[in-house]
Amino acid sequence: MAQTSSRKRPVNLDLFTIHLPLAGKVSILHRVSGAGLFLFLPVLLWLFQSSLTSPETFAALQAVVAHPLGKLVLGGLIWAYLHHFCAGIRFLLLDLHIGIDKEAAVKSSAAVLVVSLVLTALIVWRVLL
Amino acid sequence: MINRTVVGAHYGLRDWIAQRATAVIMALYTVVLVAAILIVCPSDFESWRAIFANGFIKFATFIFFISLIWHVWIGIRDIWMDYISMSVLLRLTLHVLTIAVLVGYVGWFASILWRV
Repeated sequence: MAQTSSRKRPVNLDLFTIHLPLAGKVSILHRVSGAGLFLFLPVLLWLFQSSLTSPETFAALQAVVAHPLGKLVLGGLIWAYLHHFCAGIRFLLLDLHIGIDKEAAVKSSAAVLVVSLVLTALIVWRVLL
Repeated sequence: MINRTVVGAHYGLRDWIAQRATAVIMALYTVVLVAAILIVCPSDFESWRAIFANGFIKFATFIFFISLIWHVWIGIRDIWMDYISMSVLLRLTLHVLTIAVLVGYVGWFASILWRV
């Protein structure tokens, strides 16, 4: 036991030399988008509150949305929600052993990335612009 | 397949299931809310407010938020467990702070929703 634990094994934790496969990219983006949504939860609650309190706070919210920085942050949050949503559905299907062979898993990873980006673009175009 | 004798305290199965169950609830709510917004097509404050003044939507929205908070707790706890391995005390502090913040959000959200 001591022999195996004292043996030097190669370790690479350099993020700039690690090349993730597509499924790995979807997976880490699932975590990043989830963490981002958690960090922005107070902002989202404040936006929700402003939208429902009074016509005045609603108008103030419209001013935030009209600002380019507001559009950027909201666009990012919409992408985070949609990526987390799509990747989450993919993980639920994988849990049910649907699409677990390599070819299907690569295809569904690409679909998650593309669908969430296209839906984000669609919502930003229709609602924010 | 790992065969092990399951004895003693929990192995995280309950959290694993809760993470997925809350995900399904949130996904269904998302579809319902998007459908409601597409049907109502809210253009001003009153028509937007009317969506959340509806009893069913209000109830569903609260269930959504409780699912969200439970889901966030499991996800953020996983992140602390994965990356904060240098200090048990730091990890415990982060766990407690996360729970405190999330409980606060539930109160805030409930007050927003029931003032509509």
